[in-house]
Amino acid sequence: MKEHLGLLWVYLETTPLLGLSITLIAYQFGAWVSRRAGGNALASPVLIAIVLLVCLLLITGTPYDVYFQGAQYVHFLLGPATVALAVPMYANLRNIRRAAHAILPAILAGSAVAAVSAMLIAQWLGATRAVVLSLAPKSVTTPIAMGVAEQIGGQASLAAVFVLLTGLAGSVMLAPTMRLTNITSWRAHGLAAGTAAHGIATARVLLLNETAGAFGGLAIGLNGIITAVMVPLLARLLIG
Amino acid sequence: MLPSLTLLLICQLIGEILTRLMGLPLPGPVLGLVLLFAWLIARGGPDSDMRGTATGLLRHLSLLFVPAGVGVITQLDTLGREWFPITVSLLVSTALGLIVTAWLMQRLAGPDDDTP
Repeated sequence: MKEHLGLLWVYLETTPLLGLSITLIAYQFGAWVSRRAGGNALASPVLIAIVLLVCLLLITGTPYDVYFQGAQYVHFLLGPATVALAVPMYANLRNIRRAAHAILPAILAGSAVAAVSAMLIAQWLGATRAVVLSLAPKSVTTPIAMGVAEQIGGQASLAAVFVLLTGLAGSVMLAPTMRLTNITSWRAHGLAAGTAAHGIATARVLLLNETAGAFGGLAIGLNGIITAVMVPLLARLLIG
Repeated sequence: MLPSLTLLLICQLIGEILTRLMGLPLPGPVLGLVLLFAWLIARGGPDSDMRGTATGLLRHLSLLFVPAGVGVITQLDTLGREWFPITVSLLVSTALGLIVTAWLMQRLAGPDDDTP
């Protein structure tokens, strides 16, 4: 029996089956908890799944590389999924054309302010170079942020976590900041949510108003492209 | 589903090849997104197969972040050491991003058509 257990472990360590299965299980558990919590911004399925899996790996002493051998099949789909973002963007084409004169400057300014302030504050408070550069693209959707972070000398995994935390922070701060600055337009709320805190905050604002949701979706796509072009230049300029 | 998935992969592939060949500071999939967007404009929109495939992939988009997110396990030391600059930077820059975007949008676009 003991011998069999040993052989079983050798098998499980080399097959992608285990890493793949626990990723799907952890995520669905997170989604279940999130539903039971009534969609509370902090009960995010991704956050729950990541915390669970990190604990599991730490407890069993499994190296990340072993886990990733299985999880890479899920990870791979990020590429095609990023390309697929073109479809919802196309659905918003009419909205883009009608308000283009306002949308582009607003996203550009918001995106630049978020990236520059994130880098400068972190650098000023003594963060290391890798952390500063991983913070720069945190406002955009994860696949783009990870790609950009890696390209400019940050860490993709740090960027993924910063993106997640930014989304949660944005969801919580959207209503208070808008009230404080007296901004009432739903289009502005949505555009801000999508620009500064991507899909997580957009999903929140969509619950309140459909127009805001559409503008959020639009901002996610446009800011993704703007950030991919602008952040490497800003990083080179500011961090060197 | 198969034709659309093929098209998505081809767009990504061309994106990866072009960004590498031309040394563009842009992730390959993002260029793939732009290519697909241009293709959709040229074709007058996605067909039902592409709409279905994209919706299916994007419905579970957040699942796809999990493997990379778990990678934070390799960065726990960094997070433990630098939690303070990280927290301040995240909170302040997100608030600034929200305010600047919304303020400029409301200023340039005016009030919503449907706001009383």
